[in-house]
Order: sequence, then C-alpha cells, then structure tokens
Amino acid sequence: MTAISRDEVAHLARLARIEMTDSELDHLASEMDVILGAVARVQEVAGQDVPPTSHPLALANVFRDDVVIPSLTPEEALSGAPAKADQRFKVPQILGDAE
Amino acid sequence: MALTYNDAIEKYEPTLGLEVHVELNTHSKMFCGCATVFGAEPNTQTCPVCLGLPGSLPAVNGKAIESTILIGLALNCSIAPFSRFARKNYFYPDMPKNFQTSQFDEPICVNGYLDVEIDTDEGLKAFRVEIERVHMEEDTGKSLHVGGATGRIHGAEYSLLDYNRAGIPLVEIVTKIIPGTGKYAPAVARAYVTELRDILRSLGVSDVKMEQGSLRCDANVSLAEIGSGKLGTRSETKNVNSLRSVERAVSGEMVRQANRLEKGERIVQETRHFLEESGVTRPGRSKEQAEDYRYFPEPDLVPVTPDAEWIEALRATLPEKPSLRRKRLQAEWNVPDKEMTSMVNAELLDTVEETVLLGSDPTKARSWWLGEISRLANEKEVAATSLITPAQVAEVISLIASGDLTDKLARQVVEGVISGEGTPAQVIEKRGLKVVSDDSALMVAIEAAIAAQPDTAERIRGGNIPAAGALIGAVMKATGGQADAAKVRELLLKHLGQS
Ligand SMILES: [Zn+2]
Repeated sequence: MTAISRDEVAHLARLARIEMTDSELDHLASEMDVILGAVARVQEVAGQDVPPTSHPLALANVFRDDVVIPSLTPEEALSGAPAKADQRFKVPQILGDAE
Repeated sequence: MALTYNDAIEKYEPTLGLEVHVELNTHSKMFCGCATVFGAEPNTQTCPVCLGLPGSLPAVNGKAIESTILIGLALNCSIAPFSRFARKNYFYPDMPKNFQTSQFDEPICVNGYLDVEIDTDEGLKAFRVEIERVHMEEDTGKSLHVGGATGRIHGAEYSLLDYNRAGIPLVEIVTKIIPGTGKYAPAVARAYVTELRDILRSLGVSDVKMEQGSLRCDANVSLAEIGSGKLGTRSETKNVNSLRSVERAVSGEMVRQANRLEKGERIVQETRHFLEESGVTRPGRSKEQAEDYRYFPEPDLVPVTPDAEWIEALRATLPEKPSLRRKRLQAEWNVPDKEMTSMVNAELLDTVEETVLLGSDPTKARSWWLGEISRLANEKEVAATSLITPAQVAEVISLIASGDLTDKLARQVVEGVISGEGTPAQVIEKRGLKVVSDDSALMVAIEAAIAAQPDTAERIRGGNIPAAGALIGAVMKATGGQADAAKVRELLLKHLGQS
C-alpha cells in the first residue's frame, strides 16, 4: 500500500496552485511515497516518551513587549512589488470570493 | 405565496451559531512591531514580517495573549495549559504570507458561556450561549477592487492591497450551536453580540467599533421542522457590521431558508453576504467542497503555556461584569425596568453614570440625557454624547438644584451649549439667563403686578389664595420667565398679608 496516492498529490498541487503535468505527477507521487515511508520509520523509533513537537527548542511563552517600532516607508514596502498604484500593491483580478 | 417571518417560525425551528472577530487594541501588531492606527495612509504600517517577506521571523505580542486570556476568563472559559499557533494555508492576496497565523486544535480558551437577557412581550427572558473556543489569529490586509460598477470582486479589473491591517491581533470567539431560541433567535443573536461587545469594552481590550470593523460577526443559521429533532444545513452570513444588522441578517436568513424548504428546495451550505440596504443576504462562496487549509503547527513560534499563577493574576483584574453592573446601577438609582432598557438601548448608561459620578441626582441625570438631549440628538441625527459632555450636564443640574436656573432656563442653557455657544456658564452669561432671585427686584415686579390688577390683589387680601395665580403669572411674564415661581408666590402672599 502506498502512503500517498497520485490523486492526493494532484489535490495538493491544486491547493498549492502548482501546475503539474501527468508525468510530473507520476514522478512526484512515487517520490513522495518514499519520503513518507522514511518518515514513518522515524515515527516507529519515537516511543511514548517522545512527544510530537513543532519546534526544535524546548521553549514556551516567548513574548515581545507591546512596543511599536518604525515600519518600512511605503516606498520601501512597495519596492519589490511587480505592480503598484495609489501607494498600494496591485494584483490581477481576483477570482472567487474574499475570505 | 412567500412565507413571512411569522409563517417561518410557526413551522421551523432555527439553530444559531455565531463567530465574532475582534481586533485587539494593542499598540503594535501580533507578530511584529508595526503600529496599528486605524485609518493610516496605505502601507505605512508594514514591515518584512507582516508583508511575509522571505527570512522574516514572527515574535508574539505578549499583551495580545494577555488580552485573549482575559476575554476567555470573562466568558467563563477554561484556559488551556498548552496552546499553539498553526498555519492556515490559503491563497488570497489579502494575506501576503499565503497563510494566516491562527490556531487550530489547540486554542487558548475553551468551553465557556455567556448569559444574555432579551426583552420580550412576555417579560425578560434569559438564554445561555455556550462558547466553544476563543482563539488568536491575525487580521488580513484590505483589498480595494477597481473597475466594475460595484466595488465588488465580480467585474473588477484589478485589486489594490493595503497591508496596514495585516497582522493586527484578532481574536475569534466561536459559540457552540445555540438551540431552542425559536422566534427569539434574531433577538438572542443581537443580545449576544451586544453583551459580548460590552464585556470586551469593559475589559479595555478592543475599540469594539463595528462600523470600523474592529468587531465583526458571522452568523450561522439553519432551520429544521419543529419537532423533527434534526439539524438543517446551515448558511454562514459573513461580516455583519452593526448590532441591528445581526438581528436582520438572522431573521432574513430564517425567512429565506423557510421559503426554500417550503418549495422543496435544498439549503446549500455556503457563505453569504449581508446587504445593508435591503436586509437580505446574497450568495458567496460555496462551501460544498470541504475546505482544505492544511493546518499545521507554526514552526516559527513556540507554544503558549500559561501557568495558574499568571491566569489567576489576570482573573483578579477582571472588571465588574456589564450585566451585574447594570443590575447594580438599576438598584442604586431606582430605575424602572422599561426606563433601564431604554437607557441601555440608547447606549447612555456610561454617560449617565459619569454624570452621576460628577454629583448629579441619578433621576435628573437620566431624564436630561434620555429626554431633552436625546430629543435634540435625534433631530440632528447624531449621538447624544457628541452634543454635550457629562460635566456640562452635571453643571446645569447643579445650577437647577441651587436655584440659579429653573427647568425652563436650563433647557435654554443646554440648547445654547449644543448650538456651540460655549460652556453652560458662558451661555448663561451671554444670554443673561440667571434666575431673578434678588428679592428687591422681584418686589418691584410684584408691586407693578398689584398696581395693574388691584381687584385681584384685593381678593387675595380677603383670603382668596388661588387668585394669586394671575399675579404670579404676571410677575413671571414681566421677568421673562427667569424668576422662581415658588419664590414669587411666597413674596407675593407675604406682601398681601397671607402668610
Ligand atoms: Zn509589521
């Protein structure tokens, strides 16, 4: 049994807005299957005493004071934008509905 | 024939669910030090973190976490000993990172409740709204759709993005499903959002300005036939931006869904948008394809694990609950239920309290704010509090109490203040509105009145006290209404040997 199907890879590609050809899907599906298999083996090693973690350091409650620091100027903020207008980022027509 | 609201509730039972988003009023954003000023020039409050530039790292604003815990405590929630941020992945230009830092299955606060009361024909009715979770996330940027007639997405040629709002701390408060509200569903929804807003305001964690979007409500509504024991398919009406609209959106959805069901049509699970002008909702995105946000724990942030000591220290700072405060003030001021409701609905409770704290009699303070001042505010279509300050009202009330103003003169003073003639003292000065309390000045007017109506004076001397009315009236007229009628009466009767 494979850990990830070709359809699932196609679904993920769609969610990530990555266009993929049929051959790329075939290729990636088998490649990702190998990667997931490797991860599954690592999971076997982790016993009950190893909690799943989202961060390599055993830290919690790292907070910043609520202090304002200077922002970029609008010129700096927009300097990397492919298109801009009225001091705003200009993006192509959006299809579908806003969040 | 189309079903009306009354037809709908005869046959169908609504189930509600409410999601409220509240922007916290921290000085800086959730994960960076950019300012959060409302209405700033576009893209003047951004940095690599909130623009999602490569290599930038977020740092959690501790004040925002505190505010969220306070909100949870005020809503009777449990504070999770371990909570984490998660990435909610989606592609939309209002979120430059292509994910929103939010919380998924490990929110900061869970399992609370909020009790609300609504005023019905059958008296006050109480409902308990259970809270599922209170979690932290960040607000998105603002899009401006250009081209097309309506400013809406459809027909737009391109969109312009301002990221000043992106990354402002946002707290989402989600109710469990609220069953059993029946015909009161719209009123319960409104009462819940109102009470929640008052709590948030009392905590001082947000501006809670619905018109500016710092408090936004999404209303989930479903209908099922009464007694069916089923739960219907729900629609979600997004971003309802006033208390009145919350009520209208829920009742509008109930009527729309009842009419579909009546025709044998299916309710589609979808997002809908509330149209302020017409009070109806229009369809938005269909949610029939399951959402797939691929949530995963945010690897750039560490967990939040508030200890009991921190939580209890925050709990100790909780202010009096607005509902208890209302009950206390009603008792202290001896206000009848109906008047209390009007004062709360007019949003004048804080203002009246402020006036009372400045030394005014509560009944007088209430009657000025809800009477004359509200009347003038309605005429001008503005808020009563924008016309005159509690200090100015307290000054007027104290001048009445000391006998320096009559009620009639006081109304002129208030009117003068409202028309921009200055403080009460300045209006009195400019308009010459002092009560004539100088006895000798009054005696001149009294003697003149007696001289003008000698017969009446004779009748009073003969013991006909009610006849004094005519002379008092003449004196009041001669002094332009600036005399204290009781004082005039006293002097007049004494002068004519009747006291
Ligand atoms: Zn920033």
